[in-house]
Amino acid sequence: MEKERLFGKTLDELKAVAAQVGLPKFAAKQMADWLYKKDIRSIDEMTNLSVKGREALKEFYEFGLTEPTKVQASIDGTKKYLFPTDHAKFIETAMIPENDRKTVCVSSQVGCKMGCLFCMTGKQGFQGQLTAGEIVNQIRSIEENGEVSNIVYMGMGEPFDNLDNVLKSVEILTSDWGYAMSPKRITVSTIGIIPAMKKFLETSTAHLAVSLHSPFDEERKQLMPIQTAYPIQKVLDEIKSWEFGRQRRVSFEYIMFGGLNDTPAHAKELARILNGIKCRINLIRFHPIPDTPLKSSDEETLQSFKDLLNSKGILTTIRASRGQDIYAACGLLSTKALVKKEEEPDY
Amino acid sequence: MGKSADYTKYDDELYQVALLKNNEIAPGVYVLSLPRLHDFKAGQVVKIGLPEGEPPRMYSICSGEKEDELKILFNVKGGGWLTPRLAKLQPGDSILVSEPMGDFTGDDKPAWWVASGTGIAPFYSMFKSGLGSNKTVVHGGRYLQNFYFEDEFMPELKDQYVRCCSQEKGGDVYHGRLTHFLEDQDNLPKDQKFYLCGSPEMVVETRDLLIRKGIPYGNIVAEIYF
Repeated sequence: MEKERLFGKTLDELKAVAAQVGLPKFAAKQMADWLYKKDIRSIDEMTNLSVKGREALKEFYEFGLTEPTKVQASIDGTKKYLFPTDHAKFIETAMIPENDRKTVCVSSQVGCKMGCLFCMTGKQGFQGQLTAGEIVNQIRSIEENGEVSNIVYMGMGEPFDNLDNVLKSVEILTSDWGYAMSPKRITVSTIGIIPAMKKFLETSTAHLAVSLHSPFDEERKQLMPIQTAYPIQKVLDEIKSWEFGRQRRVSFEYIMFGGLNDTPAHAKELARILNGIKCRINLIRFHPIPDTPLKSSDEETLQSFKDLLNSKGILTTIRASRGQDIYAACGLLSTKALVKKEEEPDY
Repeated sequence: MGKSADYTKYDDELYQVALLKNNEIAPGVYVLSLPRLHDFKAGQVVKIGLPEGEPPRMYSICSGEKEDELKILFNVKGGGWLTPRLAKLQPGDSILVSEPMGDFTGDDKPAWWVASGTGIAPFYSMFKSGLGSNKTVVHGGRYLQNFYFEDEFMPELKDQYVRCCSQEKGGDVYHGRLTHFLEDQDNLPKDQKFYLCGSPEMVVETRDLLIRKGIPYGNIVAEIYF
């Protein structure tokens, strides 16, 4: 019998586990302490549970951590971790150090369904959802465990296409019984799946980042198929109905494609559609991928685009490219080479 | 068009209607027929759900703009919540449907419609709405039974309707994946639009292939299942 993993369970779920194996109710909190606050790796080490209770737990459950199978280090200090997931699939996680911060960029899915033209993850298609445990494991099982200051859900996959597990992972990271991190240190990114975004905003106070990439509908549709289902204007209409500021921030990610979305007209239209939203724009250099017709904007254009947006009152920054030499930079994460075909495709 | 008596408002975005028909057109593949409540543009989607169930999911409309019924094509996904339940619905059962949305819509210009599996639905809707005459339709499927609307496409589109079957051989069906068929084409028109609908893997692989063959990416419009 395949055992279930305890790591990744919420306090409510641990209460159900305690009841199932005949442990007292308060054992759920004890298990959460062992899972999320202490540095142990096995049920046997949960020494404040009775021996009988631990044996009963072990009959159905395992602790549930997964070690990375590969670590690559960039010359700029960024690291990329390769983790196996269930059913012999793989995901990548990036750890980006900067001054006294250590930001971990976690994956939420194996591959991605969204098919954005500029993204390497999209090219591998979709192989599966990550569990909450597999998401949190990307923080727990890296060498920097205990030193992580910020978490961004910007790795492989669309977080809002796996909302329940993403929300569960955020709950584990931010609850007192879990990692007790401030939600202000967590940012969840989306390409704009409106119903899931709404539920996220209702449920969590972590920051939101929206991949925008073009303010013009037709152009965005060419870059991001999601535009046909959830047009950016409707995404922004939803965002405008929520309050953002110091407690919870919304930012817009904007990859700069040379000769495509980097003109003054784009900056002006961006400023127009974002009018009324207290936000920040992160400009991102495009990192070319195979078979892409897109190219990166030059530095001069990047700078003048930033200046134009700032002059219109939108705080705009240029995100430093990190980990490019190990393919850990934005849009480059992929485990396509490790994907095993399970079924003949339907085309 | 459905009469107001045919439906009730369920919540902010969904209407509750009584199912008209549920036909299994191939093993595990169904067409649901509902009263049509709203006008729509061929290629649009609706959200479909069940009362007291999990959140609704989007499906392309699979009927013409002028038809009285709104049809939805779906296949049963193992392990899914919604589709196994949809497959069991009987006429008269309640189902939830949203207003039409999305703009994966075609026009009357020459174009290529490329679909895998049930991704043919929006193109069938366009076809049934009178937009098919100057289109090339390339439909990929694993088995011969996956070309759901071949009896309607073939007489009208003739050679412009290409079935690509990866797992079975049959008649004048191209044996192989649709990506292989497109790879073999020497003169794909660079001035026409290519509309893609289907699995993310098909969409991404086909888009890359078309770009390699010189189709401007601005002429590629994709809709994905998710």
